[in-house]
Amino acid sequence: MRFLSFLISGLSLGSIYAIIALGYTMVYGIAKMLNFAHGDVIMVGSYICFFAMMRYNLPPVVGVILAVIVCTILGMVIERTAYKPLRQAPSLAVLITAIGVSYFLQNAALLLWTSSPKVFPSIIGNGKIQLGELTISHVTLLTVAVCLVIMFVLTWFTGNTRMGKAMRACSEDKGAAQLMGIDVNGTISMTFAIGSGLAAIAGVLLCSAYPTLVPTTGSMPGIKAFTAAVFGGIGSIPGAFLGGLLLGVIETFAKAYISTQLSDAVVFSVLIIVLLVRPAGLLGKVINEKV
Amino acid sequence: MKRKNMNKYISFALIIVAYAVMMALSAAGKTTRSMQGMLVPICAYIVMAISLNLTVGILGELSLGHAGFMSMGAFTGTCAAIMLTDSVPSAGLRLGLSMVIGAVFGGIVGFLIGIPVLRLKGDYLAIVTLAFGEIIKSIFNNLYLGFDKYGLHLQLLSEKGIKLEEGGRMLIQGAMGISKIKKISTFTAGFILIILTLFIVYHLVESRYGRAIMAIRDNRIAAESVGVDVTKYKMTAFVISAAMAGAAGALFAQNYSTITANKFDFNTSILILVLVVLGGLGNITGSIISATLLTILPEALRGFATYRMLVYAIVLIVVMLFTNASGTKILIDNIKARFGGNKEEEEQ
Amino acid sequence: MYTKDGSNLVPVPSNAVIPERDINDMPALECKNLGITFGGLHAVENFNLTIGRTEIAGLIGPNGAGKTTVFNLLTNVYQPTTGTILLNGMDTHGMSTAQVSKAGIGRTFQNIRLFNNLTVEENIMVAMDKSMKYGLFDGLLRLPGFFREEKKAHQKALELLHIFEMENVASHRAGSLPYGAQRRVEIVRALATDPKVLLLDEPAAGMNPSETADLMANIRKIRDTFHIAVVLIEHDMNLVMNVCEGLCVLNFGRIIAKGSPAEIQKNPTVIEAYLGKSHSKGDSDKVSDMLIDAIVENRNGSDTESAAKLVQKSGKGGKRK
Repeated sequence: MRFLSFLISGLSLGSIYAIIALGYTMVYGIAKMLNFAHGDVIMVGSYICFFAMMRYNLPPVVGVILAVIVCTILGMVIERTAYKPLRQAPSLAVLITAIGVSYFLQNAALLLWTSSPKVFPSIIGNGKIQLGELTISHVTLLTVAVCLVIMFVLTWFTGNTRMGKAMRACSEDKGAAQLMGIDVNGTISMTFAIGSGLAAIAGVLLCSAYPTLVPTTGSMPGIKAFTAAVFGGIGSIPGAFLGGLLLGVIETFAKAYISTQLSDAVVFSVLIIVLLVRPAGLLGKVINEKV
Repeated sequence: MKRKNMNKYISFALIIVAYAVMMALSAAGKTTRSMQGMLVPICAYIVMAISLNLTVGILGELSLGHAGFMSMGAFTGTCAAIMLTDSVPSAGLRLGLSMVIGAVFGGIVGFLIGIPVLRLKGDYLAIVTLAFGEIIKSIFNNLYLGFDKYGLHLQLLSEKGIKLEEGGRMLIQGAMGISKIKKISTFTAGFILIILTLFIVYHLVESRYGRAIMAIRDNRIAAESVGVDVTKYKMTAFVISAAMAGAAGALFAQNYSTITANKFDFNTSILILVLVVLGGLGNITGSIISATLLTILPEALRGFATYRMLVYAIVLIVVMLFTNASGTKILIDNIKARFGGNKEEEEQ
Repeated sequence: MYTKDGSNLVPVPSNAVIPERDINDMPALECKNLGITFGGLHAVENFNLTIGRTEIAGLIGPNGAGKTTVFNLLTNVYQPTTGTILLNGMDTHGMSTAQVSKAGIGRTFQNIRLFNNLTVEENIMVAMDKSMKYGLFDGLLRLPGFFREEKKAHQKALELLHIFEMENVASHRAGSLPYGAQRRVEIVRALATDPKVLLLDEPAAGMNPSETADLMANIRKIRDTFHIAVVLIEHDMNLVMNVCEGLCVLNFGRIIAKGSPAEIQKNPTVIEAYLGKSHSKGDSDKVSDMLIDAIVENRNGSDTESAAKLVQKSGKGGKRK
């Protein structure tokens, strides 16, 4: 029973990682860049939702929608101002710029909202479901459910819609996509928008589960989710989902059965071992350079 | 060839002149306390930047965990220095020894990490170096080490099991790190370490080893086709880079009375990477300049108090946009063409 | 077909693939039943070839025939699914690409692969790495061994560059050279590995006619100076027919013909592979003649295409594959 409850809380944490990892992986797939600022978009989303609910007494749903809207716009603005001019630049330059954006968001948040921790309100109350000896909170259920819905919608979106297909085309070959009449810039912008919107949702869920909100809230989950994306095979949507869930479960089990303090070491060790066996991640494709 | 030599002489000249000027100023009593306090960290960051440049700029592999090697050197070097307090009374010699030990341990960890890491490519390699940095941090945060006349006592997670004989002392106390460190690091030691680092890196680059390493960076498949043993050379560069970071860690740590594992986290790795990229990949002189400026900048911005980190972030973004955006790139190329300077070497 | 230019070469007997002078030596390269499959596709199969010690051989065939794949197999970039490769009598199975290079195969690439940020001289010195005898510490501490070996390598690099009279660009950045020069540097770099077999993948691609003519002379010069075997993939039929002593024609991963250039020119299967099926025996002879004429006249550009055009003009062209 203990095992089962750990598994469930692991899946819940993993669902949050998966949603963040989806943002990483989509942006990586299309723009071939590690968007280090992604974790901080999560933080911004959480603050927006927090203030909407606490200061303006708006209902949680409105708070979440507001957070999604703000983050979507924020993601597009970041892409347009900081990343778009660097489309032709070496990938390291883009990486450093993303780090700069990350610092910027963190420090802007520090100035705007101070470093004192905010206690995030619960968005759906503290209800629990009792299944025999097993207790599952509503937040946990919601988190897993939201993650599943997002996963299915995204898979459908990329597989069946015009925009989704354009995204896949751009991630394969931007030049060819452009020749086929796809608006590459618009598609990239759209990808950032979707990724950032998802980040807002992840932020709200994250803070519902771990209700302390500070300007650096997004960093560690960001790094973990990035790890999850690589774990599953970066660029692959099912990979991000699988990687996120596995990472959450492994982390929870490591905390429960090995040591709380060493759980990060365990998680990262597992990552390294997986990458050694499968150098492109669990579901990633190995692309060999043509000679 | 000539231009490369120029770059080399400029690097050495910069360091020597800076050292002479600072020594003269301090002899004349014209330096402030905060200036004095920054000298050793600047030296350490210069060495860190040069050593990471060897991995990122010259070998061409992105590493996001360089602070891990610094951490390794800081902890092992400082522990060694504490243990040698009685047997080696001379502080300078002790510092030298501790830097050597830091370098050796940094190199060993570099080798161990290199075995799996160097089989991976690109972003996968980057994420694994990040993971190793986090693992090293996590381990030092939970490591308890004490020593007495019976030798070293090591334990993970808690110090309860460690019972020390009389005269023994705890070295590493988990997340509290090492405390009561004797501040034996000096500017002169930092200066010597930089000069040594420059010697090693320039001599490496201008030997068959450096050529092979850069050949792998430029075209791995072609390098293999002419008989270059890719793994061996990658490992050589990686281990040397890690060892230099270890020595820098030992220098850095002994400038403070306390050192904790969290000082060498992901953000530190990123900071060093920023130094390297801003200074120019493969450009050693650039690394020296950017390490100096970017260590001073946050201090210089102290006047702005709360805004300083925000300004720092904006400066970073603007510099990257200005030097890399396609529009400004053309502008810069035009300026270069006008002055007839062939700056290709700097862009490597 | 082959004209002497001051060397002690004998004309190639029409039936032999290996030149007569090499018959008694161990072959430089032997492929036996070599093959590779990529996911069910037989990219190369049943590839048997013997290259004489000082032979210049050509590997020709339409695009996608598997020529570069053969080079990749020979250099162990791909591990063959079947068959063996004997380099100088030694089985190279299981070796890494770098080990194969050390064992004696040097190669160039279809899409030039230079170390762009290194100088031309450094590019060549990288290839001499295995013969340089100083260790890491000699290099770091600048011990006498370092200076001795570097000086030797520097001189050898200049000597090798002299083949193409390129000493003047020794200190230029390789990436900044014009296309033709880059191709030549790649050949020099391959030579610097001290190979027994030199594989050239489309050495004349992108060269103008006078550069190609120089290249032809230089390929012979390289063979005569270093006494090595040269295998080249090339679409420039003028070069192939003039330089190669033996030819091997590949189509759809299989060898469809082997022989001297003269034989290959008359081989109906080859003509068919290049031009498609002709109607009668007489036609194919005519096509063959026209093919040769077209090839010899048109030194630059895509020879098969212009040959096809010519054939179409005469109204006898069949379908091209």
